[in-house]
Parts: sequence; C-alpha cells; structure tokens
Amino acid sequence: MAIQLKLNGENRSVEADPGTPLLWVLRDELQLTGTKFGCGVASCGACTVHMDGVPVRSCQTYLEDVGTAEITTIEAISEDRIGAALQQAWVELDVVQCGYCQSGQIMSAVGLLADNPKPSAEDIDDYMAGNACRCATYQRIRAGIQRAAEILEA
Amino acid sequence: MTLDTTRRGFLKGAAAGAAVLLVGTGPKGAVAAGHSASTNLNPFVKISSDGTVTAIVKHFEKGQGPATGLTTLIAEELGLRMDQVTYAFAPSNPELYSNLFFGGFQGTGGSTAMANSFMQYRTAGAAAREMLLQAAAQTWGVDASALTLEEGVIKGSGQSAPLGDFVAAAAQLTAPEAPRLKDPSEFRLIGNPDVRRLDSAIKGNGEAKFAIDVFLPDQMIAMIARPEQRCALATAFDDAEAKSVKGYIRAAIMPNKAGVVVYAENTWAAMQARDLLDVTWDVSAAETRSSDQIEAEIRAALDAEPVYNVNKTDMAATKGAIEAAAQVVEETFYFPLLAHAPMEPLNCTIEQTAEGKIILHDGAQMPTGPHMAFAQIFQLPMEMIEIRTMLAGGSFGRRATPTADYQVEAALAFVMTDRSRPVKLVWSREDDLRSGYYRPAFGHKVRVGLDAEGQIVGWDHRIAGQSIMKGTPFEPMVVRDGIDHSSVEGAADTPYAIPAASFGLTDTAKATETLWWRAVGHTHTAYVMEVMMDMAAKAAGRDPMAFRMDYLSDGTADQQRLAQVLKLATEKAGWGNAPEGRAQGLAVHKSFGSFVAEVVEISGTPETGVRIEKVTCAVDCGIAVNPDIVKAQMEGGIGYGIGHVMRDQITLTDGAVDQYNFPDYEPLRIGDIGQIDVHVVASAEAPTGAGEPGTPPAAPALANAIAASTTGLRVSAMPMELNGVSFA
Repeated sequence: MAIQLKLNGENRSVEADPGTPLLWVLRDELQLTGTKFGCGVASCGACTVHMDGVPVRSCQTYLEDVGTAEITTIEAISEDRIGAALQQAWVELDVVQCGYCQSGQIMSAVGLLADNPKPSAEDIDDYMAGNACRCATYQRIRAGIQRAAEILEA
Repeated sequence: MTLDTTRRGFLKGAAAGAAVLLVGTGPKGAVAAGHSASTNLNPFVKISSDGTVTAIVKHFEKGQGPATGLTTLIAEELGLRMDQVTYAFAPSNPELYSNLFFGGFQGTGGSTAMANSFMQYRTAGAAAREMLLQAAAQTWGVDASALTLEEGVIKGSGQSAPLGDFVAAAAQLTAPEAPRLKDPSEFRLIGNPDVRRLDSAIKGNGEAKFAIDVFLPDQMIAMIARPEQRCALATAFDDAEAKSVKGYIRAAIMPNKAGVVVYAENTWAAMQARDLLDVTWDVSAAETRSSDQIEAEIRAALDAEPVYNVNKTDMAATKGAIEAAAQVVEETFYFPLLAHAPMEPLNCTIEQTAEGKIILHDGAQMPTGPHMAFAQIFQLPMEMIEIRTMLAGGSFGRRATPTADYQVEAALAFVMTDRSRPVKLVWSREDDLRSGYYRPAFGHKVRVGLDAEGQIVGWDHRIAGQSIMKGTPFEPMVVRDGIDHSSVEGAADTPYAIPAASFGLTDTAKATETLWWRAVGHTHTAYVMEVMMDMAAKAAGRDPMAFRMDYLSDGTADQQRLAQVLKLATEKAGWGNAPEGRAQGLAVHKSFGSFVAEVVEISGTPETGVRIEKVTCAVDCGIAVNPDIVKAQMEGGIGYGIGHVMRDQITLTDGAVDQYNFPDYEPLRIGDIGQIDVHVVASAEAPTGAGEPGTPPAAPALANAIAASTTGLRVSAMPMELNGVSFA
C-alpha cells in the first residue's frame, strides 16, 4: 500500500507494508543508501536517522510508527547547522576509516550536540555508546564532536 | 623492488579526440614501448588531455588508506597538489595488478599495500613526469632540463602551459627505462602529516558507495537459509509460509546443498521469507563437536611432544637448561575462535551482460580468488569476467577467503536463475558471525628458566592449533617442512636474543574453516611472548622495560628498531611514573616488517573493574607515506586487539555456533578506551605495514597492566571477562 512519508523536507510516497522497517524503505525503495545496515537488531547504530530531530535506529523503526514525523537522513543533515559542523570536523580530523558506520555516528552526534552543546569526553562516551565502529575510530569521533562544538560556538 | 616502467600505449579516450597517457609496468616488469591498448597495459596513472590525472589503485579500500596513499605517490612524483589528482580502483587482472608479495595474486592483505606499491607507483609517476617534460621540450624546441612541472603546469624558457597540452605528444614517446625518482629530501607530500584522506567527505555525507549500495535495474536480492549445525546439508524445503511474504520470489537448494537460496524483490522480503522457510537438514555428516572438545584437544597437544621442531633446535638442551635453572616461570595460554565482523555485512552483486560477460560488483579484497572461481563456475575465459571493486565496509581479513566463499555463494545463486536479472547476495549479521571462517583457536605452553642472576637460560615454547594456510593456494609460500609459519610467526622468529630457545608446533584437527584475522598468528604469539617476558622480568625482580632491553642489545637491525620504539613509547607514557591508582603494562612486537611498542595505563583492579585510561604507542613502519593514516591505523589496531580480548569469543555447542549477533559478540564501544597517543618514528627505510602491526602488542600490554595492578592477576585465557577480569 502507498504510505506518505515526510522525508528530508519532501513528501514521498512509498509502496510498502506498514510493518517494514524504515531502514529498508530508505535503502531498497528510495535508494538513500547513506543509511547503513549493520546488525538489524538496534545494536550497532549504523542505521541511525532522525525522527522529528531525535536519533532513532531505523532497523527497529517500522513504517507504521513513523506517521507524520519528519524523517531526516545523512543525505540531508548538512542542511542542519550541527550536521554541517560535524561533517566539517570529520573531514578536518579524518575521522573515518572504512566509513561504513560514520553516517550513523554523525546522525547520533547531531542528537548529542542538540541536547548538549559542550559535551565532555564522558558525555560523548555515554551518548555514543550505541554506535559501534569496528575500525575503532572512537577517539577521533570524540575529537570530532568536540571540534564541531567549537565550530558551532565560533 | 625496482621495476621497469614504460609507456604501454596510447589510447583514444572516451571523448572523441581526447588523448590519454598511460604509464605503468609490463606484466613482469618487462619494458616494451609503443604497444596499443590491446596489449598488456597496466597503467598506474592515467593522464587525459584535459589535464585530469587519475591514479589507478590496485588495492581495495577497506579504511586502511591505500587509495589515498597510492594516489599520494603519483602526485608526489608528478609534482601535483593532492586536489589535482583523483583515483579509481584497478580492474581484476592478476597478470597486471598482482600484489608483488602474493606471487601472481591480485589482493590486499598482510599489511602489504604500501610496501609492495611504493616503488611501482612512484616510478610510474616519475616516468609520466619525464615524458610530459620531454614532450613540452620538443614542442617548444628547448632542452627538457630547462623545464619544470609543478602543480600541473610546465614552465621554462619563458613559456608556460598546463600539462594536459602535452599528453598527446607524450603518449607518442618511449618511456624512460629508469626515470629519476625524487630524493626523499624533495618530498612534499610523502611524510607530510597535513595530507588528508581522499575519502573523508564522501564517508561523512552518505555519498560513499559500498558494495551493499549497488542497485542495478531489476536486481533480485538473495539470502541463504543456513543450518544451525555446521555442515548439515539441505535435502528439502517447504515455502508455504514464505509465500505469504510480499516480494518473495522463490527458493532453491544450492547445488552443494550447503543451504537454500531465497530470492526476493527486496532485502526485507528476503529476510522475512528466509525466516519462514522450513528446511529439512541432513545432519548425518554434520559437525557435532563443541568448543570444549576443541579446547581439550589443543590442551592435550600442548602436553604431548610437539610434531614439529620449528627451528630445528636441540630441544633436549633447552629442557636441560630449564631443569638446571634457579627458577622456572611457566604458563599455559588459550585463545578462542574469533570472528572478524566487519561493519558492512558480506555481500556482492552479479550481472550478465548481453554479450555474455559476467560482472561482479564486490568490495573485492583478493579479486583473483573469485575471478578464478567464476571462470570455473561460469565456464568462461578470465577476460569475460569483470570485477568492479567497490569500497568495503571493513574486512580485517574476512573479505579474502582462499575459497572466495561468499562470491561463490552468489555465483551459485546466480546460475540457478535464468540470468536475466542481476542477483545481489546479502548476508545478515547472523550469517557473518556464524559463517565458520574464524581466527583459529590456539594454545601455548611456555616454560622459561632463569639463573640466579635472573637471566633467561632456556625458553621451551609449545604451540598447538589449526593451520590457516594448509590446503590454500598460499600453502607453498608459507608452509615449509610442514610448518605453517602463520602458526608460529611472532614467536619462533622473535628478535629477542633468548638463549636455548625451542619452539614446538602441533597442528590440531579441523574445527571450523579458518582465516587470517587482523595480524594473523601475531594475535596470539605476541600475547604469549610479551606476557612471558613480563612474568620472567617479575621473577627476576627487574623492571619489565629494562629486562626486555637486555634481550634487544645484540645490535641486529630488528633489535635496534624494537629498542627504539620501546624507549620512545615508555618515555612518552611516563613509564614507571603512573599516577596514584593507575598501573602500566607494556609490550613491544615486530610484525609485517613494522615495529610497535605500546604502554597501556589502567585504573581499577580486576575485581573492582578495570578501566583503560590511556594507551601510548610508538611505531616504526619505515617511511610513513601518510603519518596521520599510520596513526589512525595504530589507533584502530589497538582498539581491535583490545576489544576482542576483553569480551569476545566464538563457541560451538554440538556443532552449532552459539553466537548470533552483536549482543552475543559485543564490539568495542567508545567508552572502553580512553586516549590513544601515537608517535611515529621518522625513518628513511622502505615502507612496511601499518594495517595490522598496531594490534599484536595491545592485548599483552593490557594483560601486563592488569598484572601490575594490585592483585597481580595473570590472564592466560581469553576473553578476559570470562577469566577473572571485570571492566568498568
């Protein structure tokens, strides 16, 4: 059945069952491939997107739960000033290695900085605990978030 | 490692009239000029008349940085800025793009990407530079020695023009046999810590395309229903319930009966249908053993006389020296099976063109493997198979199986169709953790004799585990006199000057498929060597750093380089001056030609909860082409090494893998390690590995820090959390 989605500032219509995880609608139906599949059980955070500005795991968020909420994916997060600052910091510090988890890392980090504009290392560790990076880029993620906080403050 | 370089031809570009200069080497480094595109042409650099310069990268990019590194070599010798050069992944062609250390295989691994490419890519860039200058000199009627090429512009004798203007003329020239390479004092990009990765921006904005992001028109998704009990065979299936899933197409038993392929219109449908498929399994020949039995077999092998005397030493003399010693330090170690678990689950996509060509889209770590396998499966000559290398979301060794396991699965799934639709095989995380390709379990038993002065007088070291290399195409290169070097590397070839050292090896029976896992044998040998050195130092009443230096003082190059990183790491870490409530441990190890020392500083105790506060690392990997990427590799290697010994293992119960997904195989998390400080030694030596060498010392440095904390606990079996250590 056709379901209406508010996605990245546009209205999109998708043909999918209401019980389909948002992850697979984004990837397979809309080919917004920046959102990644890592575990399917909300354990790695690679699929993180925003629902009304709040980070959620899209592999465990079903289409029927989205309703009229605004969905934002990595493809549109540069339009958010926090997202743009994080992307700038990620490039400055070369945070990425394989890069597969980094969309999810940035989407979560936007949520952190929205709540807490000057997070300590411990705040970052607590908030980002659900985003796994098998390359272990963690200390650059920490530094990248703090650098983005500086950019935003300037 | 010097290679001849030649212009291999002149090609018409895609745009009419566009000239292209390609510079590379012949298949065997042979020089031949004036060949056309139809000959063996393996350019490492392609320069178009519009001035576009493209490095053709023969290694895949799983995050370790070869795309940036190899491109840097081209830019350096061509005098370009990094923003004036781009890169593309080379096609699969083992004759043209083989890894010089892999004997005719194209592939990435063993931390060799930079080491085997350093001269090739520099030489190609330098030859292209000389040809462009020569072409400009001829055009302007001046001597080439009067001209310079900097930042894409050729200047001299009062004239100036972009390099693209001379591509057509340069492509008519014979390449110089031995172009002049830059002296290291002239490097502007190599060794420059400000050179950034080329793939950072696209990996932060969702644009980066991994293999799993391939969407071909009309493609089907395939997933495979697999048995719980390893090696059970599918005999029948009932898809009555699966048919209720919208998007389910059909299912078919694989030709080798290893599973049932589920075809669907999309990934979610494939997952749902697979869950609902009712498969009948023949378990008569399936695996029935549990990991307890595998461990018992390894421990029994350690107690028996070893099958191989690795260094053909006098084992009786070693025993005698230890029996006569003033004191003996001994320990038995056990390392479980480990999965690689790269972030991007394994996947690849296969399509057939109208001409009957097969195209594989894959994060191809060792393209020669699937290329050869596909030639057999599809009964096609190699040139009718094309492999398009995509970015890979990590690997740690997993994407390079000698059997090309997941690519072959995809091919089998594809041949069971009419081939009109592309097939994308997707693994779930459960498929990944339960796939059976693991770092093999290993055991070590070591006895070290010390004299009254605390000097080592004998070292008896037994190793038992399943060989990785036997039965693979790499066996002839790695196995000598029955000894798989990857089982003993990092122990039997230790640079420490240890008197009366003997190393015994016993291969144990096949437990699962095995596979190199970031740092391979060093993942267990470094742990044992460095924990035993620590135990010996303690028994001798010596500082662990000073004790090690005694065995690194014979003046060999390896010892000097190990001593240098050990000194640097301990100095930077404030060795011996840990703050109140902190404990330090160190380890130093050579692997993949590189020398790494690490100091781990912890707070807490195994009872109250250990917290890893700080890791200080010093690395000597020869010339660090990109020092910041080398640092990143050390950071990542340390995290990978520590994360797994903290809490991970793969176990079997009655032949079935016990772990399913990350909750049972918990990855390292951001809060697990505090700051990591990496110091890169300035070196003029040829580049060696960076991807793996950071991993081996990390776990033993942690173990030694734990032993130095109040309780003195020596962790000798992994994972640490199940062997007496809690983490804060």
